[in-house]
Amino acid sequence: MFTFLIKRLFQALVVMFVISLVAFSIQDNLGDPLRELVGQSVSEDERQALRDELGLNDPYMTKYSRFLVNALQGDLGTSYFFKRPAAEVIFDKLQATLELVFGAAVIIVFVSIPLGVYSAIHPKSAITKLIMAVSSIGISVPVFLTAIMLMYIFSIELNWLPSYGRGETVNVMGWETGFLTMDGFLHLILPSISLASIMLPLFIRLVRSEMLEALSSEYVKFAKAKGLSLNKIYYVHALKNTMLPVITVGGVQIGTMIAYTILTETVFQWPGTGFLFLEAINRVDTPLITAYVIFVGLIFVVTNTIVDLLYGFVNPTVNITGKG
Amino acid sequence: MSLLEVKNLRIEYPSRHGVHAAVKSLSFSIERGEIVGVVGESGAGKSTVGNAIIDLLSPPGVIASGEVFLEGQKISGLTPQEMRSVRGSKIGFIFQDPMTSLNPLFTIEQQMTETILANLNVSKKEAVSRSLSLMEQVGIPEPELRIKQYPHQFSGGMRQRVVIAIALSCEPDLIIADEPTTALDVSIQDQILTLIRDLCIKKNVGCMLVTHDMGVVSNVTDKIAVMYRGDLVEFGPTKQVLSDPDHDYTRSLISAVPRSDIKLDRFPLVSYIEEAVEMKQIDIKNHWLGQSEDQREFTGPLLSVDDVSLRFVTKDSFFESKREYVQASNKVSFEINEGETFGLVGESGSGKSTIARIIAGLYAPNEGKITFEGIDLTALKSEKERRPIRRQMQMVFQNPYTSMNPRMKVYDIISEPIRFHKLASSETEIRQIVHDLLDHVGLGRMAGVKYPHEFSGGQRQRISIARALATRPRLLICDEPTSALDVSVQAQILNLLKDLQDELNLTMLFISHDLPVIRQISDRVGVMQKGKLLEVAPTEELFTNPQHEYSKHLVSLMPEFKGLRDKLAS
Repeated sequence: MFTFLIKRLFQALVVMFVISLVAFSIQDNLGDPLRELVGQSVSEDERQALRDELGLNDPYMTKYSRFLVNALQGDLGTSYFFKRPAAEVIFDKLQATLELVFGAAVIIVFVSIPLGVYSAIHPKSAITKLIMAVSSIGISVPVFLTAIMLMYIFSIELNWLPSYGRGETVNVMGWETGFLTMDGFLHLILPSISLASIMLPLFIRLVRSEMLEALSSEYVKFAKAKGLSLNKIYYVHALKNTMLPVITVGGVQIGTMIAYTILTETVFQWPGTGFLFLEAINRVDTPLITAYVIFVGLIFVVTNTIVDLLYGFVNPTVNITGKG
Repeated sequence: MSLLEVKNLRIEYPSRHGVHAAVKSLSFSIERGEIVGVVGESGAGKSTVGNAIIDLLSPPGVIASGEVFLEGQKISGLTPQEMRSVRGSKIGFIFQDPMTSLNPLFTIEQQMTETILANLNVSKKEAVSRSLSLMEQVGIPEPELRIKQYPHQFSGGMRQRVVIAIALSCEPDLIIADEPTTALDVSIQDQILTLIRDLCIKKNVGCMLVTHDMGVVSNVTDKIAVMYRGDLVEFGPTKQVLSDPDHDYTRSLISAVPRSDIKLDRFPLVSYIEEAVEMKQIDIKNHWLGQSEDQREFTGPLLSVDDVSLRFVTKDSFFESKREYVQASNKVSFEINEGETFGLVGESGSGKSTIARIIAGLYAPNEGKITFEGIDLTALKSEKERRPIRRQMQMVFQNPYTSMNPRMKVYDIISEPIRFHKLASSETEIRQIVHDLLDHVGLGRMAGVKYPHEFSGGQRQRISIARALATRPRLLICDEPTSALDVSVQAQILNLLKDLQDELNLTMLFISHDLPVIRQISDRVGVMQKGKLLEVAPTEELFTNPQHEYSKHLVSLMPEFKGLRDKLAS
């Protein structure tokens, strides 16, 4: 366990170093930050002086090492637009994004597992064929189209659900949550569905194929020969084996969802990190962009490590204490 | 009234190409306390019978007609609900592979108690204590500790004991064992069979033992049912069937079993099996196969292995002192002379295959030296230097289903090494060579346009042999080449290898866990255990007078099958 964590930490450092290098090199190539920072009336001399002061004229390596030293102390630079530390800005918006991802994850789990399992147990039924057909359509529809369609049907035509923003939120121990108010909860529904819609077909298919494989295994046949009931065979023996690969893929996909909520957040004007990132690009807020790219890298490293640890707990044949 | 009575059972597999009858019209019966062996080759329908009795035929298989009675009560055609109450509680089932028949994610306790709870009306506590006593009965030490463990913490033999314990847990009247020892080592096979035998007598239950191994059948069964292509060709007391078989097929099957008592030049009487094709003769002196450019000047042994050791890391650690290793080969030394067949025998995990792979250059040894015709192979640095050596030694692998690229046609599989080593001058010559090779291994040149999956296991092994011969090798390394095959096909392949050796003066390293096979094919034999080579002796000497304790043990476990064939031969 200890060796595993040490190894993981070392790998994470290498990955983060490479990401920081890439993220930082963007800074030089994203237009002139001064244009956003100061008004039209500032003269060229003053601009030069300000550039010197901000260190924008230093050589690349000097800038990078300065950035790295600061980053190691938790300082990812100051956002030009918000005039606040970039890490702090991202962290504020992260709460909204995490709630959105949580909502989507709940939908995925409670829809994909029953549907996948059903279609594996009844491979020839009409419902299975319908599920598979709808899920292949789902894979091919882009998320912004789903979002706009949902918005059109449920907000504009039916007027059941709100179409943008987070609605009313409550502050619980420093965390702004939308789950505890009716209004906040209603605001969550459409964005969660549309974010879930990209992953859902993939998960239904994954659950189905893993379940089919488990059902054709020898231990399922042996379980039948032991005289167990079909329910026990399906939902205890086969389902647990099905969940192993689903956990692995699912964990990695949660990282992806946190990182790439950009489309959904933009369409629904959701005040999360994805929306923030898009705005930062429009404003050429380079420190914020860099910080966001690094933050996304960190999310992937952390979720992958957690997934590997979890996998070790669920699967007794994997021993993370030593043997691969 | 018999315990189990099968009457005119017919099992069909409907498909687009018509109906295939896996079992045609089968009738037999089993009494209490009796073990009936169902033998036959793969595809004969023997496993299908076992599955049909408990209604676990894999789709689209169906029982087309016929009836099955258990203690006079009809059990064919029951509803799924009623059938479930028969499974487990009245009929226990043991599958072939203990590695896959237990669910890897549940403890032994969970898997045992759920069976008992599903079939018997007992409390959870009683189920646990019952499980513990069953584990003791099947010979698992420290049941209190072991019952909390997961299947992967058990060895193959121990897992099969667990499977047997589960099959017995609800006190069934009948046990169906489908190849229960095929996946196990000889010494464990013996223990498991003895266990099944003792339990059947003690608990007075009947047993249907499905197997392809004639040695197993002759040792433990009371009656034999011989199946051939879905038909029961013979059914009677074991002794009678084995000593005086009525049917030609039974006779052919018996003669294909490698004899453990005496060494024969060839396997007789294997022609009943359809796959046998006449080998086309080639005038070896004038043929490409005989015109090797390798001029033999070196006079010592062709291959010598000196103190070769190799260890694998089993537990990695940052600190060197904490790493754990398994010594896969431990100071192994032997020599193979030109034209000789050297057999390596041992149980799984003894390091036989590791040695083969080290010789072939697939693994690099930690220590030791391998000399081929006086050239030190361990000193060769680049792949380029090794290439001429690689051409001179070829391997035939154990599993003919996975050792060929399924996307390549047989013609391309065999011509690839010829092209790679530039052994032929023109495309026409290559075609001629490949066709001759295919004819020579008994497949016929038309086989070239097909893909590997269109062939049976034995035919595929012939392709592997043709591929190995395509570089005109001096040394052929055969790693368990027949262990995935039926006995009759095994006999054919062994005959083929012997013929080729006589013709081409091939040197062979033959690896097997099967002692009778080793006895039939080798000139000298080495016995391996836990990475060590314990003893090397000429074949007859090893089998008649083994020196090492472990060799004695192995030879004593060899399934006895003698006395029966002498009659047949006459």
